[in-house]
Amino acid sequence: MRAFSYEKMRDPAEAAARAAEVGGAKFIAGGTNLLDLMKLEIETPVHLIDLGGLGLDEITETEGGGLRIGTLVSNTALSADARIRRDYPVLTRAIAAGATGQLRNKATTGGNLLQRTRCPYFYDTAMPCNKRAPGTGCAALGQGAFSRQLGVIGTSEACIATHPSDMAVAMRVLDAVVETVTPAGMTREIPIEELHLLPGDTPHEETALMPGELITHVRLPAPAGGMQAYHKVRDRASYAFALVSVALVRQPDGTGRVALGGVAPKPWRSSAADAELPNGARAVMSVLMEGARPTEENAFKITLAERTLAAMLKEA
Amino acid sequence: MSPPIEFELRRRTLLASGAALAVGAASVRPAAAQAAAAAGAGTATVTLTVNGVRRDLELDNRTTLLDALREHLKLTGTKKGCDHGQCGACTCTVNGARINSCLSLAVMHDGDEVETIEGIGTPEAMDPMQAAFVEQDGFQCGYCTPGQIQSARAVIEEIRAGIPSHVTGDLGAEIAITDAEIRERMSGNICRCGAYANILAAITQVAEEQA
Repeated sequence: MRAFSYEKMRDPAEAAARAAEVGGAKFIAGGTNLLDLMKLEIETPVHLIDLGGLGLDEITETEGGGLRIGTLVSNTALSADARIRRDYPVLTRAIAAGATGQLRNKATTGGNLLQRTRCPYFYDTAMPCNKRAPGTGCAALGQGAFSRQLGVIGTSEACIATHPSDMAVAMRVLDAVVETVTPAGMTREIPIEELHLLPGDTPHEETALMPGELITHVRLPAPAGGMQAYHKVRDRASYAFALVSVALVRQPDGTGRVALGGVAPKPWRSSAADAELPNGARAVMSVLMEGARPTEENAFKITLAERTLAAMLKEA
Repeated sequence: MSPPIEFELRRRTLLASGAALAVGAASVRPAAAQAAAAAGAGTATVTLTVNGVRRDLELDNRTTLLDALREHLKLTGTKKGCDHGQCGACTCTVNGARINSCLSLAVMHDGDEVETIEGIGTPEAMDPMQAAFVEQDGFQCGYCTPGQIQSARAVIEEIRAGIPSHVTGDLGAEIAITDAEIRERMSGNICRCGAYANILAAITQVAEEQA
């Protein structure tokens, strides 16, 4: 691990200003992903700003009938909150499907959204990776590369990494809004669908956040109701990233929303695909997966996503 | 508190020195990398309450909570397995919650209460979970055992606190302590000897004793 200086901040706006002012600074909250990457020297911050003193660890009710989640609320606390379990069960299910008890105790809401991909070539510093080292190429698209786990849609010639979060997929299906504070001290709202960027030619640019901008809260609108479920298909029964995951909100009249994890650089959803839900899984996926560009190794994900949704609709 | 490790030739001592050698090899870095990083270097004074005792430490910012416990406080009961949060050998309790101590910086825990395996029982007066692991033969080499025991104790508490898991059925109902619940919640603790069946038996025994 490279050496770094460290400070703990008490105020979100001051933390954002400081992060923009100090070159090579990064925020650290739970640290479960950042520290892993620092040990491998994939992340090499020269200065860490610890957010542990900011508060921002409460879930409060909004005037609109929704909930406002502080960015430092742990994944465990969020999944276990009685209001979340009752009114947003897809979020509890998604969080509980990810990581382990130890990690969920430490990982935070904002940190979960901002975690980096687990693409093996991003992690292997001996290999080219446009995300880790812009301009070096994408080893995942090389001859004989292992791409079984990687993205099938929303990807580019430069990068086929997926966003690894389960929680974010549920946030996407629930139309969450990310609240931030900028280095200038202004607050800003970013709909969850606009938070993560598609890779294009610049896969190292992953979010719509400006340098130093800090996520302070994630806001959930009033409960969506209906039947909510999250199904995650993976190579092990527990503690593995998704091959495919499906977040579903289905109303009694058959309408609803669908978001996918494990297939794209961001939680994958479209309103046109949602509109096909009354027509069944095949209809949804033919729209949602339009333009997919899988590799030979991960083409199965397209079939798997359709079958997973079909199974969920049968249970619903 | 456990007695200090006696440096007689026995399995545990051999394992401990093997781990130390592995750590030493991994920390060798080219001199150039060290020099380039000096700009952001720093140390910090960190106060931890470990197993009820206040400990003041002067640490490089890079020191993980795990290394602070093992290398600075000589509490070697907490083990370093993968050092990346994948194996759970480093599991200990901070402010009442189990975490991977390898994935946390000591400097971030200034003022926190840490509990390690040394704090929960002694060979003469074992914690019920320690006794159950012995009784049920819940280990072979023993390297993952402190982490398993720390997690196991937390798992029972987490179920009783109503924290749902991936296998929990009704999110509105009280969670029953079943084999499936225990297995799912213990998935962050790997045992290469494969003592899982007996670990499950030990945890079930304690849950039933406490019921």
